[in-house]
Amino acid sequence: MSESDKPGALQDLDARLRRLKAQEHPPERAGSPASRSGYGFAMRLGVEIVAALIVGAGIGILLDQWLGTGPWLLIAFFVLGAAAGMMNVYRVVRGIGGAVGYRAGGSGPDQGQRSGGPGGTKPAGRRPPDDDEDA
Amino acid sequence: MADKHSPLSQFEIKTLVPIRLGETDISFTNSALVMVIAVVLVVLFLTIGSRRPALVPGRLQSMAELAYEFVGNLIRDTVGNEGRRYFPIIFTVFMFVLFGNLLGMVPYSFTFTSHIIVTFAMALVVFIAVTILGFVKHGMHFFSFFVPPGVSKVMWPLLIPIEILSYLSRPISLSVRLFANMLAGHTLLKVFAGFVPALGVAGVLPLAFVSALTGLEIVIAFLQAYVFAILTCLYINDALHLH
Repeated sequence: MSESDKPGALQDLDARLRRLKAQEHPPERAGSPASRSGYGFAMRLGVEIVAALIVGAGIGILLDQWLGTGPWLLIAFFVLGAAAGMMNVYRVVRGIGGAVGYRAGGSGPDQGQRSGGPGGTKPAGRRPPDDDEDA
Repeated sequence: MADKHSPLSQFEIKTLVPIRLGETDISFTNSALVMVIAVVLVVLFLTIGSRRPALVPGRLQSMAELAYEFVGNLIRDTVGNEGRRYFPIIFTVFMFVLFGNLLGMVPYSFTFTSHIIVTFAMALVVFIAVTILGFVKHGMHFFSFFVPPGVSKVMWPLLIPIEILSYLSRPISLSVRLFANMLAGHTLLKVFAGFVPALGVAGVLPLAFVSALTGLEIVIAFLQAYVFAILTCLYINDALHLH
């Protein structure tokens, strides 16, 4: 790579930089650690469920204490929290990141990149592993 | 003695300078010390890196530019051009978490990102800021965020609470992810390191494993900072463009 860099070759450097920049831009570039180890992905799914459950149960307990309605709101919100957790997992797996709502496509800057999210939110194994592991 | 060698003793908060403000304990702890070190290092890294800007950058300048461009690209890819003005907060969060994670890899130091209260406070700041941003941008229309489109009204009483819970779970999943990764990784390192002296000659096996694990931990340090930053971007994107 770095052979032939005689000083004064700034023009050359400029040209090379421009060429590389042009190459770099095919839409799927960084930010898509597509098929990372399943560890991060599994971690993410687990965390999503647990987080929603914690929020649901927490709200249920607080409301119960406030309204004095026995265990009923806790039960209701626990179930709702579980549903929200499932929904989060579904979204992560579908690759629509942490988005609330269903937006199947279209909105946002571009759909392909948003799924380049953490922990390989893309359907795993779509691309051969590349070395952007440390992205 | 068992206390000293517990794999969890590394997470202990130690008071360095006791300070009391009325009833509240606001002592300067080892956690706070590492945070200050992280901030100082980030500032030094960026100022020294950009002190003598050269057309062909040196090592430090190159690293500083790399960090800048990395976050810049992240924002452009996830939020688009109007995300540019949120660059400062995202860059700050990213660098702070990254340096916190990496400083935690220094032996005898302290990993402040392994404490849920630290990560939760950061996640809560992001969450509240994003919610306010959503209200500022869209006013009351922001609530339409919780109404799934294309669903009959009969289902609304069920689906809207689920959406709201799902939204409220964001700061928790954001903070728990970072904290759990750091806590689990560092505990694992300590546990395996504890096997080394216990096994005598066979201790080379856990030693090799710990070496490999250290590399993995450094990758995770980068990855979790990246995840924290990208999720912040996604949340900002959601607040800017409701569906």
